[in-house]
Amino acid sequence: MKNRPEIAIETRKLAYHYPGEENISSPAVYGINLSVKRGEYVSLIGPNGSGKTTLLKLFNALLAPTDGEVLVEGISTTEEESQTEIRRNCGMIFQNPDNQLVATTVEEDIAFGLENLELPSPEIRKRVNRVAGELGLEHLLKHPPHLLSGGEKGRVAIAGILAMQPSCILMDEPTAMLDSKSRQDVLGAVRRLNREQGLAVVHVTHFPEEAARADRVVILHQGRLIEQGPPALVLNNLQLLHQLGLQGTASSELAALLRTDGFSIPQEILNCQELVQSLCSSELKN
Amino acid sequence: MSRSITLGQYMPGESLIHQLNPRVKILALLMMLAVMFIVQTFYALIFLLLFAVLLLASSGVPFSYFLRGIRPILYIALFALVIYFFFTRGGVVLLRIGFITVESDGVREGLFVVTRLVALVLYSLLLTLTTTPLSLTHGMGYFLKPLKYIGLPTDEVAMIMSIALRFIPTLMEESQRLMRAQLSRGADFESGSIFRKAKSLVPLIVPLFISAFRRADELALAMEARGFRLGARRTRLHEDIIAPRDWAVLVFVAATLAAALVLNI
Ligand SMILES: Nc1ncnc2c1ncn2[C@@H]1O[C@H](COP(=O)(O)OP(=O)(O)O)[C@@H](O)[C@H]1O
Ligand SMILES: [Mg+2]
Repeated sequence: MKNRPEIAIETRKLAYHYPGEENISSPAVYGINLSVKRGEYVSLIGPNGSGKTTLLKLFNALLAPTDGEVLVEGISTTEEESQTEIRRNCGMIFQNPDNQLVATTVEEDIAFGLENLELPSPEIRKRVNRVAGELGLEHLLKHPPHLLSGGEKGRVAIAGILAMQPSCILMDEPTAMLDSKSRQDVLGAVRRLNREQGLAVVHVTHFPEEAARADRVVILHQGRLIEQGPPALVLNNLQLLHQLGLQGTASSELAALLRTDGFSIPQEILNCQELVQSLCSSELKN
Repeated sequence: MSRSITLGQYMPGESLIHQLNPRVKILALLMMLAVMFIVQTFYALIFLLLFAVLLLASSGVPFSYFLRGIRPILYIALFALVIYFFFTRGGVVLLRIGFITVESDGVREGLFVVTRLVALVLYSLLLTLTTTPLSLTHGMGYFLKPLKYIGLPTDEVAMIMSIALRFIPTLMEESQRLMRAQLSRGADFESGSIFRKAKSLVPLIVPLFISAFRRADELALAMEARGFRLGARRTRLHEDIIAPRDWAVLVFVAATLAAALVLNI
């Protein structure tokens, strides 16, 4: 591809203040400098009301910054005429899959965004079929959304975004309302797209285990970006996490307890595999 | 239970009638209804009825669905028959019970009206059983297009209708869930006066409304995030083209109707 920027989303001193909110001193989002690289998987964590949803809406041009700016593929979200292009480039998945499916059949729903882009019918048909194939929805194209399982609804929502050929996908707690099988179903699909097609992902989640699988974890607190880095570091900074009312992964929490009990376990534990490995090897040494 | 909630009466299928452009089907139905009201002879009417049966058979929709569709009008038909039989005078007296008589003109007219009613319903069922509610909406939207010139937002109305079609099953499921929840807390939706029953629905309707408004809010956001803009031009996945076979069917229907009018003489 010719001269595409390496950065999918970039924010500079981004601030947003909800109109009508009296307290000027506590904006919903403030002073955010963040860049998401092409193909990067970033997870965004933070307590309730820390501004995660607001930040995603700013990325998708659903909200315009009060101060600073957001660049999506180098284009500022404040430019009125590039709004559609930004939304195409940076699709957004919401929490409740039920409330983001618009059409009466799966294929019509996947086509919805493409219809808004005014693509010709044959092109829409082609893309719908291709995306449905990629997400294993071919056999459901004529089904009404209310007959789908939670995981299938989630995948349809992703398909609708993917059909627009975005460079980035924003997900606001997409698994909060799903059972664990559906959760695997949806996240597995996103992770595959991230690896195979280089789709950048910004994933808001309150499951530490989900955040642990990202390339980078970003912590938001009271609208400010207070910490970011690789999951092994950020999710093991338990002091900070606990202070914010958050938690590390089950394994990192357990590792910390074992450490205080005198076990020598390295700092960067994220999942049980790593924990078991380090326990076994330290056992062998003793 | 909730799986059985379907809207309209659409029966999926692959027949020619299923695949016709909805505009063509609606137009054909309108023509059919007009001719149905013009014809005055039994020959023409029976001919149209047979034509309907032929079309039903070719649609591949099980016959029981048509019977089920006709059932609600049976009472009306029966009522009409009684009225015609006992109150229309003229012709030969067929039956006399005291001062009540059944005369041949009444029988003739009653049967005619009822046959016409059945044929009308069969043709309408043929449309609704072979067309998805969404295409039906789009088809009707086309005939309402002229209203755009007097300022009616017909495209938006079509969008509203299709969203309604999308969410009615979801909201029905939700109301059933709420109802079960209230029942498990000892609510009673069945007994008491109408006033009591209405009152017992309040704890059902209020949360349903709240949830519907929340859904609407989130849906609007999701639509905007996917590039929807009010009043902007959009294309469609299913192109609304009138294919040669649509024309052929229109000509065929017109010819059949002409034959019915000839039989009417
Ligand atoms: N529509 C709104 N109007 C006014 N304030 C809002 C609105 N949405 C969110 N806020 C406020 O902005 C802050 C950030 O909210 P949000 O981005 O939803 O947080 P999160 O998604 O991290 O829970 C909160 O203090 C919240 O009360
Ligand atoms: Mg949120």
